[in-house]
Amino acid sequence: MTWVGQPLPRREDLPLLTGRGQFVDDVQVANPLHVAFARSPWAHAEIRSVDLAGALASPGVAAGIAGTELPGLTEPFAAGITHRLAYYALAVDRARYAGEPVAAIAAESRYLAEDAVELVLADYEPLEAVVTVEDALDPAKPLLHEQVGSNVVVDRTLRYGDPDAAFARADLVVEETLRWERYSSTPIETYGIVADYEPASGLLTMWANFMGPMTLLPVLARSLRMPEEKLRVIVPKDIGGSFGIKSSLFPYMTVVALLAMRAGRPVKWIEDRAEHLIGSSHQPDRVGTRELALTRDGEIIGLRAHVVDNLGAYVRAPEPATTYRPLGNYVGPYRVRDVELHLVDVVSNKVPTGPNRGYGCQQVYLETERTLDEAAVELGFDPAEIRRRNLIQADAFPYETPTGGVYDSGDYPRVLELALETAGYGELRALQAQARAEGCLVGIGIGLAVDPSISNMGYITVALPPEVRQAPGYNPKSGAADWAQVRVNASGKVVVTMGTAPQGQGHETAVAQVIADELGLSPDDVATVDAFDSHTSVWSVSSGSYSSRFSGIAAGAARKAAGVVRRQILEIGSTLLEAAVDDLELVDGEVRVKGSPDRSVSLRRVAGVAHWDPHGLPEGTSAGIQASEVLHVPTSAPPTHDDRVNSSHAYGFVAEVVAVEVDPLTWGVTILSYASANDAGTIINPKLVEGQTYGSALHGLGGALLEEFRWDEDGQFLTGTFADYRCLTAAEAPRIATAHVETPSPFTPVGAKGCGESSSETAPAAVANAVADALRPLGLKPTHLPLTPARLWELARA
Amino acid sequence: MKPAPFEYFRPGSLDEALALLAEREDAKPLAGGQSLVPMLNFRLARPSALVDLGAIEELRGIRIEGGTLVVGAMTPQWELEHSPHAFPLLREALGFVGHTATRCRGTVGGSLVHADPTAELPVCALALGAELVTSRRTLPAERFFLSVFTTALEPGELLVEVHFPAPPGPSAFVEHAHRHGDFAVVCVARAGDRIALGGVAATPVLWDGGELEPVGDLFAPADYKREIARALIERARAA
Repeated sequence: MTWVGQPLPRREDLPLLTGRGQFVDDVQVANPLHVAFARSPWAHAEIRSVDLAGALASPGVAAGIAGTELPGLTEPFAAGITHRLAYYALAVDRARYAGEPVAAIAAESRYLAEDAVELVLADYEPLEAVVTVEDALDPAKPLLHEQVGSNVVVDRTLRYGDPDAAFARADLVVEETLRWERYSSTPIETYGIVADYEPASGLLTMWANFMGPMTLLPVLARSLRMPEEKLRVIVPKDIGGSFGIKSSLFPYMTVVALLAMRAGRPVKWIEDRAEHLIGSSHQPDRVGTRELALTRDGEIIGLRAHVVDNLGAYVRAPEPATTYRPLGNYVGPYRVRDVELHLVDVVSNKVPTGPNRGYGCQQVYLETERTLDEAAVELGFDPAEIRRRNLIQADAFPYETPTGGVYDSGDYPRVLELALETAGYGELRALQAQARAEGCLVGIGIGLAVDPSISNMGYITVALPPEVRQAPGYNPKSGAADWAQVRVNASGKVVVTMGTAPQGQGHETAVAQVIADELGLSPDDVATVDAFDSHTSVWSVSSGSYSSRFSGIAAGAARKAAGVVRRQILEIGSTLLEAAVDDLELVDGEVRVKGSPDRSVSLRRVAGVAHWDPHGLPEGTSAGIQASEVLHVPTSAPPTHDDRVNSSHAYGFVAEVVAVEVDPLTWGVTILSYASANDAGTIINPKLVEGQTYGSALHGLGGALLEEFRWDEDGQFLTGTFADYRCLTAAEAPRIATAHVETPSPFTPVGAKGCGESSSETAPAAVANAVADALRPLGLKPTHLPLTPARLWELARA
Repeated sequence: MKPAPFEYFRPGSLDEALALLAEREDAKPLAGGQSLVPMLNFRLARPSALVDLGAIEELRGIRIEGGTLVVGAMTPQWELEHSPHAFPLLREALGFVGHTATRCRGTVGGSLVHADPTAELPVCALALGAELVTSRRTLPAERFFLSVFTTALEPGELLVEVHFPAPPGPSAFVEHAHRHGDFAVVCVARAGDRIALGGVAATPVLWDGGELEPVGDLFAPADYKREIARALIERARAA
């Protein structure tokens, strides 16, 4: 029996569904204080003073801190750009977004803390707000960070091959500009932090639902001016969803830590929903232009991108990674070699941005796929056909992209055909023709995405010009590593320990399947623990659960450790059975001599010797059976001098076909059908993959159709509740027909690639193409996302 | 998102509730709490006291009196939705009120008194020509809704029950919302020849057969609402 590939139920579910999860709000510390923040009512204002006297005198208040104090107590947060922005955990002398925290109060209860916050007196001198991408590019607008001299903080042009020549010889050049407003992840559980400072040892312990990357822990320690070993960060067993957004929690950790130190008591902050919407993190709003150069046969021979990402008030690490994370896979599944990317990041008076499921890829694929559909119309090709003509072929792997990506494996033509077949593409087109004849606005859209997983931390450094990266004293960055420990206890059962900081993905279920196969056991014999603790886990700065890295790298590390354990078991078995290791196998909880099933010894007996009678072990063997292994991927290297980088380690592929109907009265978009074909390499557990497909598709559809943070021209935030920020709900969710191809990755131990972001990268492109297709008979072309009813109505009216 | 301090009372009778409200000028009655509690948590409402009407049995119940449907103010919306006495118009409309969970908490009277201009029940009350019986008087629906979140109720006055006459002819309820369970962009209730609209003005309005001048909002411009309102009226009239 092979356990990898079985649709086992999630072992995480029973405790979660019976209310026995252990979330950050469940962390018990003695006598904690509770935090509330005073936030700027202005999008942009000088802060003349902040007076906490009234708040500190309010009942139950134990401590308070104002942003004006922070330069004396903390360091600004570092980010990977050339400019140094004075980004502190609280606004110091200027508020740069409506909702930016300017002070924090710790009191005996959250109620009392909020009462006290009303007494914080901050004196503001309002300034003109910089809100949109266009505002940020307008030199007449005020500067957010005067020392930068511009609201453009990163501006890089990257060239690969000879794009000018490609565009010069093209039969057709198609250009589309798309604008996409902000959306985010809105997990059920908001941010949460508990901090406890012990003055005697100087140890600061913080529990936080922080998902990594752990690169941010050194950033946090530096902000607190603490040695890293004095900062212990524990991620509770359960995180109630993140989808990237909880990476951006760390600035709040600085404030909660300072309050704990100041109050001499544990301090707790559980973010509420209003705070989460206005002040956590969003995906940048973006204006992106794509130019494709094509031959009349439909071959894409050149690609140019010009994008501007609006990062908000500060560049918060790992930003500006939204702009750079897709670098290795910028060309998607297409063979085009001549590429020019003009990548611009700006700051504005909006909340800072951060990772959001798909992290930068959905924008790239929206731009390419929309433009490709317009090219297909111009050239008279069906959208499926123009894609067929450009796909990287199955025999081309590993495939090096012009931007430096190394696609590990895949069969893109097969996945596309499977998606078309699953959707019933031919029938859909026939139904569409019929619907159009009846005057209905029905459209069909295809979206393709090469889905990167296991980020190489080095990609972010492409935001720095090569001369900076090559200067003496510059330390290059690269890497993607994770750890697992496998132990066989004295009764022959296995315990796997990881520190991946999962957010509900089902890591424990999946890793038990991998280990069961490696050790010839049932998953029921494998206990799993997955909880990050910076002082007891083995980790490196790239650790964490982000960039869909678990199945490739943490499960890979577990398999590597299990391989060592397997060897140890066989060596002990070899002694007990008086047979050569190479003649032994590990099956059904027994070590057996191959071909002689009667010559066997149980794993329980082997473990018994290892633990109870180490004297009987082979020479040179240590007591017990255990291994702790770090897996690092060798394909992760720093960017080259010419800006090529393999930005991820494994690359899946997603092909989706969406059919929609647009109501010509309300201009609402209804999903008629949704088909998804996915290749995430070896599937460890199809149920988990199914869940990720549904979740990521809905996340992408929400961002493309309905979810939108809005501000007025003064930078006032208008979508502060779930009544105004509209996520798709179950009632709006389409049924999704799924299909899978498995081309195992040769670069990961299990052959698996990530799939947690998958459809969030294709859904926006596919649904935008479908809506454009639906509106084409009216001569309308939607270019502004999300495609809300009011926006489509305005388009139709213009 | 924690409320400012307030006193909390849970009287067992209407008289007791009225006395408590009379003693405290800025006390607020608490019905189902589906709108008031979020407003308290945002500190947009800061009453010194809440008088919870949830334990007052005399304010609950559904009965037919001479062809008129009488609904106690504190009757949960879900109970009316599932009552054999409820007219199809009300049952249809209640299906659009939030979600099952909120309808189990939210009350018929609470929704009417909250007077959200996009809420469904006030539109139905207006279309049906309901009478709202308060602790002091009886008000026709036409004179009950004054503006956004504002009714003719005076301080210390409580809605006791609502008398919904049976529709004199065909009835219908149609609505367009951004998502299932959202407040309406526009909703239309028809009871015989009377057609009432929600979402187009500061209160629900009776349609006079003329051109509409809706008020736009962040997600639905005025002209967009007008087009939808016209189409929904046609749909309701075709029913």
